[in-house]
Amino acid sequence: MSEQRLSVVNNVILRIDSVNRTYIDDADNSVEALQEVSLSVKRGEFLSVIGSSGCGKTTLLRLIAGLDTPESGELMLDGEKITQPAPQRGYVFQQGSLFPWLTVEQNIAVGLKARGIYKENKGQVAEYIKLIGLNGFEKSYPHQISGGMAQRVAIARALINNPTILLLDEPMGALDSFTRADIQYKLLELWRKKNITMILVTHDVDEAIYLSDRIVIMTARPGKIKEIIEVKLKHPRDRGKSDFLALRRDILEKLHLASTSPQPEYMI
Amino acid sequence: MNTSSATSFWRSIAVALRLPISTNKSERRQTAGQSIGNKKFILLSVLTVAGFTAAILVNLLFPQFASVKISHYPLLGGMELDINGAYRIVLIALILLYLGIASFSWLDPERRKKFQKRMPFRFVIGLVLALWDVFGTKLLLLPQPFFPGPARIIESFLMESGYIWQNTLYSLRLFLVGFILGVALGVGTGILIGWFHSIYYWVYPVLKITGVIPAVAWMPFALTLFPTPFAAATFLIIICAWFPVASLTASGIAGTPKVHFEVARTLGAKTPYLVFRVAIPHALPNIFTGISTANAFTFTTLVMAEMMGQPGGLGYYINASKVWSAYYKVFAAILVMAVLFSLIMYAIGLIQGRLLRWQKGLVKA
Repeated sequence: MSEQRLSVVNNVILRIDSVNRTYIDDADNSVEALQEVSLSVKRGEFLSVIGSSGCGKTTLLRLIAGLDTPESGELMLDGEKITQPAPQRGYVFQQGSLFPWLTVEQNIAVGLKARGIYKENKGQVAEYIKLIGLNGFEKSYPHQISGGMAQRVAIARALINNPTILLLDEPMGALDSFTRADIQYKLLELWRKKNITMILVTHDVDEAIYLSDRIVIMTARPGKIKEIIEVKLKHPRDRGKSDFLALRRDILEKLHLASTSPQPEYMI
Repeated sequence: MNTSSATSFWRSIAVALRLPISTNKSERRQTAGQSIGNKKFILLSVLTVAGFTAAILVNLLFPQFASVKISHYPLLGGMELDINGAYRIVLIALILLYLGIASFSWLDPERRKKFQKRMPFRFVIGLVLALWDVFGTKLLLLPQPFFPGPARIIESFLMESGYIWQNTLYSLRLFLVGFILGVALGVGTGILIGWFHSIYYWVYPVLKITGVIPAVAWMPFALTLFPTPFAAATFLIIICAWFPVASLTASGIAGTPKVHFEVARTLGAKTPYLVFRVAIPHALPNIFTGISTANAFTFTTLVMAEMMGQPGGLGYYINASKVWSAYYKVFAAILVMAVLFSLIMYAIGLIQGRLLRWQKGLVKA
């Protein structure tokens, strides 16, 4: 009870408390995707999680979404324990997650329809289409639009539920750099306008620095948080400026060290 | 008309007729891509019906050498019609049909192209009918009574169109009841098998084993078990439609990518939404593959069942006609089946195209 009040005072929206998650892989080895991970996320914060593949960053995001459950430890959103997916925790998946049998506007309306509140909120669909700049593509099917457009639809689809927190799982991973920059800009705009807490999983250091208030660096096997870096640069951030580049080098170095596992003394 | 335009005019006809003409490849491709001019299209229309016109002329002008009884049938108002007359009326109906299609295609360049493509085939069909008329009726050179001429087949409809119609309706009713129930049952069990692991475990093996048995093998069993022959035949059609629909529905449901469910769940969807709005739409292309397979099975089962113990239907009509060596009636029934089954498949195709329109451009064909 007192803890809960404390978290409100500190304006912590999400509290992750010594979470463990282990998988059994195809070769019957147990893989520690997350080991004793603790993290607090502030309300309205833009947080990025970065690390090499297999460091458990996607597992962490899935736990927050409620798509997966930890073996031990707990995750609390606004003082409530996370046990299953809920519309207030929006999730943007990697490429190709739109329903191919639904048009752009139908895809965006899924959240409203699934919750049975479509009729009274119909008008919102058009608003979100305008927000992501897809006017004229309402009736298009996902295979008829570009990858960048599809990801904007995926973001709008998650936002229409008015989530308090938006989880982004490498949503720009497969896009070309121009489209990526465009969506990053759009994402910042939405973040400021809607005042949503955002957690972004990425392997792109530039993207993390450009967007985030804080960057969580994770290491693999076992998946652990190595360091949390605060980004104090002012928006809009210039990717070519020296302080941006210095931070970039700093993080890359840390990631490099992070991915260096003890080398065997000889190889067979 | 100057020489060069006249040449291109005749050349385009040769292309339409698929005649080997001396054009290089690029020129031919150009012709295929070009839209069809008015003059050319009128000529195409004339050529399309020319074969059927020839068939009419052959029927009128070719002397009747063999001794074939040309029966006359009374029409309304004291008029009479012989079988040759009826045959010519059918040909005229075909001519009017194709002229109708031609005028329907007049404004649409795409339809014009389609019409042009089918012209040679329709032309040749007319000639084949004329030949058949000559060898089957005029000269009677085809082995009788197995291969009657076209006029003789038309005679069946003059003799007993009411009875043929009655049998057609019987077949249609049997088909609709059995097929609709079979597909509904198939989709239902398919969803259950695809969704619940325990049902998959217990029911799927049964489906796999019983599904490979041709439905007509259950005939003796069905005829004793069910109160009426109609119910027995319905049962056979249901089980033959059920198997392919159920197994394909099940694989479509079970094959739904996990990410689709996860997306829906993060958006607030509960189980009914996941089943009806995620899994079933994903399985729909599969379901339609099952339905077309079931469709083909059903036609076979329907006719077999009718031949082996129904009081009516086109299969029954074939069997009853065969007993009297009335092979022209057998052909008449086959003709009706061809039309009826094509119409059914066309209707299913329309429904499929409507429900799966999102796939347009996503999949080949």
